[in-house]
Amino acid sequence: MSLVARHLEANGIPTVVVGSARDIVEYCGAPRFVFLDFPLGNPTGEPWKRDMQRDVVGIALDTLENASEPMQTVETDFVWPDPEWRGRYNRLTPDIRARLKAEGDARRDKQNAAKAL
Amino acid sequence: MSGGSNAPVPYMERTRQYYRAMGYDKDYVWAHNEDAPFTPLKKPLAESRVALITTASDKSQTNIDAKGVRHVWAGPTTPPPDALFTMNTAWDKESTHTDDRESFLPIETMQAFAREGRIGGLTDHFFGTPTVYSHRMTMQRHAPEILERVQADGADVAVLSPL
Repeated sequence: MSLVARHLEANGIPTVVVGSARDIVEYCGAPRFVFLDFPLGNPTGEPWKRDMQRDVVGIALDTLENASEPMQTVETDFVWPDPEWRGRYNRLTPDIRARLKAEGDARRDKQNAAKAL
Repeated sequence: MSGGSNAPVPYMERTRQYYRAMGYDKDYVWAHNEDAPFTPLKKPLAESRVALITTASDKSQTNIDAKGVRHVWAGPTTPPPDALFTMNTAWDKESTHTDDRESFLPIETMQAFAREGRIGGLTDHFFGTPTVYSHRMTMQRHAPEILERVQADGADVAVLSPL
């Protein structure tokens, strides 16, 4: 998505990316980025919280107006209600590792079978 | 992996470890740039038309072909869709949900800002772009298609909200 923002920007359309995968967006170099420290899935605010969503979109619009140079991340101070969310995404427990290994093996077997046809 | 820390989640590292656990020995290489293009606003936001761009798919998945390949697509902003299809993107399905479309594609929020004069308006369409493995596919196909559609809709600025 940040690559699309860069392409639009390079062709004369100012952009702002709003979202939560901070390391990926900054590594790619989005021209403008508003960071919301939330689980992936709700880049413009908690579900059903219209006031918060309005604040987030407002900050994105402010950033379009106020940014004077690229790659200056704007941090927001919204807090996700469940403090345990950070440890959850793509976590690896022994059970999950065993399941992933089996899934990977199955996927490779399928790909190899397709190649052999 | 620290559940109690407030440091931003290291998504690249977690994804690397996840695919290594699946037995893949070649790590994904994320797009990397040391600098970025920058275009200042050409006119005040109150006179600018805003395009919204999402990584979600059409609710009936018409943007996904028979081989399961996603394509660039667009949908009307008026009336806005009640829901979009999101299960094919890597959001945190244990911690949250995408039942509220405004939480990832804020069409009605943006329409309210238009009514209040904060922005000039919203484009007739919002736009969907696939998230794919290949940077080349994004840069050579999807990004130019999005640009063309955004320009055709008369957008002055774009707000991108990846899931």
